[in-house]
Amino acid sequence: MLTIEQAYWLIALFLAGAAILNLRERRWWHAAFWGVLAVLIAGGKFVLAASAAHHPLPAQLAGIGVIALAVLSPRMTRGTLSERDTAEREADALRLRHKLFGPALLIPLVTLLVALFGAYIVVDGVHLFDKTRMTLTGLALACVIALIAALWVTRARPMAGLSEGRRLLDTLGWAALLPLTLAALGGVFAATGVGTAIADLVRLLIPVDNALACVGAFGLGMVLFTVIMGNAFAAFPVLMAGIGIPLLIHRHGADPAILGALGMVTGYCGTLFTPMAANFNIVPVALLELPNQSDVIRAQWKTGALLLAVNLILMYLLIFRF
Amino acid sequence: MTALLHYLPLLGVLVVVAGFALRFNPVPVVVVAGIVSGLAAGKSVGDILALLGTSFVSERALLLYLLTLPAIGVLERAGLREHARNWIASLRSLTFPRLLIAYLGLRQILSMLGLTGVAGQAQTVRPLLAPMAEAAAEKRGAPLSMEERNDVRAFSAATDNVGLFFSEDVFIALGAVLLIQGFYAQHGIELQPLQIALWALPTAIAAFVIHAIRTVLFGRRILHSGMQAAREGQAAD
Repeated sequence: MLTIEQAYWLIALFLAGAAILNLRERRWWHAAFWGVLAVLIAGGKFVLAASAAHHPLPAQLAGIGVIALAVLSPRMTRGTLSERDTAEREADALRLRHKLFGPALLIPLVTLLVALFGAYIVVDGVHLFDKTRMTLTGLALACVIALIAALWVTRARPMAGLSEGRRLLDTLGWAALLPLTLAALGGVFAATGVGTAIADLVRLLIPVDNALACVGAFGLGMVLFTVIMGNAFAAFPVLMAGIGIPLLIHRHGADPAILGALGMVTGYCGTLFTPMAANFNIVPVALLELPNQSDVIRAQWKTGALLLAVNLILMYLLIFRF
Repeated sequence: MTALLHYLPLLGVLVVVAGFALRFNPVPVVVVAGIVSGLAAGKSVGDILALLGTSFVSERALLLYLLTLPAIGVLERAGLREHARNWIASLRSLTFPRLLIAYLGLRQILSMLGLTGVAGQAQTVRPLLAPMAEAAAEKRGAPLSMEERNDVRAFSAATDNVGLFFSEDVFIALGAVLLIQGFYAQHGIELQPLQIALWALPTAIAAFVIHAIRTVLFGRRILHSGMQAAREGQAAD
């Protein structure tokens, strides 16, 4: 059976390979960074199992690993990794043409097929795909198939997969890690009561009898909290418990379905403003080799602001009507 | 005094805001914020380390996108980006706004069907959309300046984000709707997923309209500055 755990092992293997390549080139900081991360990803299941059984030591060691990554990441300068000559790439592009799209499109295509039909594939009475996180398992499988297809189409050596993957990984550098680090911070914030403190602060500041003020506080609170946490999912329960349910639904009679739907997408507007949503706003800066960390946010904040206004108006007009 | 203690963990938020404002490397800033917040909440060092460790590894699915890199890297080595650029350049009628609006619409439809992982910054924007958008923008007859090229790339990334975010709530079996439903159920309010998903539709449409208009305006700006550059080039000859 294919499970998400095997996908994690693949990531760890890739990271370890990148660490070894960097080690051979005496890029010590990069080697250490990817090496530590490989160990954390490979040991993830063990850490969680031990922690669930009240053995804190593996989790504490993982925590030390996270701190080590934080110490290493300022050393992860982009540096110059030799890419293949532009003229050679152009020549290959003219020769291979649309064949190059095939493997690239296999990634979405195989992911899609697994997402749609994975649950029905049975081999020898055993489901081929584990139901938990099946789409992500499908993505991992798609990446392996796409790599094989890419090697076949381009007639590259199999090692090119590792060396070219390493080139992109080092281009990403510490930005590759930021989404994970921020998610971890979200976990810490939740466990230390940051969310409830913010909701209490907001409630201190608004006139609770005024429906418009409550809508505004709820919507802007969702945005503010999403900006801080980088994730509307983390903001939603906090703002709902603090303002949405007690004030808007119980006191002012708002419709819960509309409030829930619009509240969540209002939070998403905040995702467009914040570097904390690193996988959407910071990772592409590294991937596209843009000069400033805020370049993607600068391109999208106006869409976010206009949409925020639309959402707040929709919320005020709709939630008290139905 | 107890009130003050209640608000003390907010110091962690302050660390994040200050760190980003001062442009420190975000990874250590975030880790320090977690430690500060934990200490302010009165947790022991051992507890904070364990909390940091478990929170980190339990989110490791966020690194799955790294698995796309070897395949994309091999294809880039054989000229994938160059071919994407050449191909779009050969399609006369595919202008910059048309390309990006088509991508936006496609991404929204895929998200509505729950297929959020199908496209993304690593899978589609870097190898395909960004070079295609550059080629489409250069149809104005003048090459892009370095700044314009960066603007076009950033706008491509932004388009992927907008297309992803504001449609996924329309799909009933996906995270957001189930989270909303589950949260209400915990608080004694029973709702059907479809009731929630339906009300996300107006925002999805508004997102498409707003971002499409912005794409047209952005495309026009690039076009005009290109024509100006071409004129100045001719005048210099």
